Amino acid sequence: MKVLYFAWLKTKTGVGEEELSPPAGVATVAQLLDWLEARSPGHGEALADRHAIRIAVNQEYARPGDPVKAGDEIALFPPVTGG
Amino acid sequence: MIRVQREDFDLGAEVKALTARNPRIGGLCSFVGLVRDMHGDDSVRAMTLEHYPGMTEKMLQRIDDEAHWRWPLEASLVIHRHGRLDPGDQIVLVATASPHRQAAFEACQFLIDWLKTQAPFWKKEETPEGERWVEARESDDAAAERWAGTGKAAG
Repeated sequence: MKVLYFAWLKTKTGVGEEELSPPAGVATVAQLLDWLEARSPGHGEALADRHAIRIAVNQEYARPGDPVKAGDEIALFPPVTGG
Repeated sequence: MIRVQREDFDLGAEVKALTARNPRIGGLCSFVGLVRDMHGDDSVRAMTLEHYPGMTEKMLQRIDDEAHWRWPLEASLVIHRHGRLDPGDQIVLVATASPHRQAAFEACQFLIDWLKTQAPFWKKEETPEGERWVEARESDDAAAERWAGTGKAAG
């Protein structure tokens, strides 16, 4: 799956985009965030406050219990501030 | 109609094109958002707007479709810029046209309120103390929440 990071999540993780293959136990958004958090100290810092993060799966807003699978495009970003 | 672009836009030319050859339009409402040089007590030298290509267009199109479903609009346009902008620069344009003014006014406010909480854009400000990401405002959520009902509005 492809994981995208925007705004300060990109700054803290140090990556804008990564192609990942999580283990079989990662089946929901919440499980994916737990797994991502352990990837690096930067990921750990970026994902520390889950309330500060919005998630999109295949460009649709998603919730912690929503499913994720191989081939999905997952995006992590802060609450939006356009307009 | 929606557009996401780096380039500036011309309000006059855009609304003229939007209303051209449609004599059913009796009212046109437009909103333009600009870059301020202050945020609270801090001065802002410039701003960079990041976005999520693909999802941005998808969300804007959905918001635009929703406005057309709720109000009897003859035409609408949302333009949102990205990239680096200076104080005074235009950021966003929303224009709505309908036979009567009420639908145009309401749909215009709905579109800007909703895009501020739904469309994946993020502002980074350059201040004398350095760069910082703008935090979302609860008042923007409250503004969008006003439109949370799903029923059709009065035309």
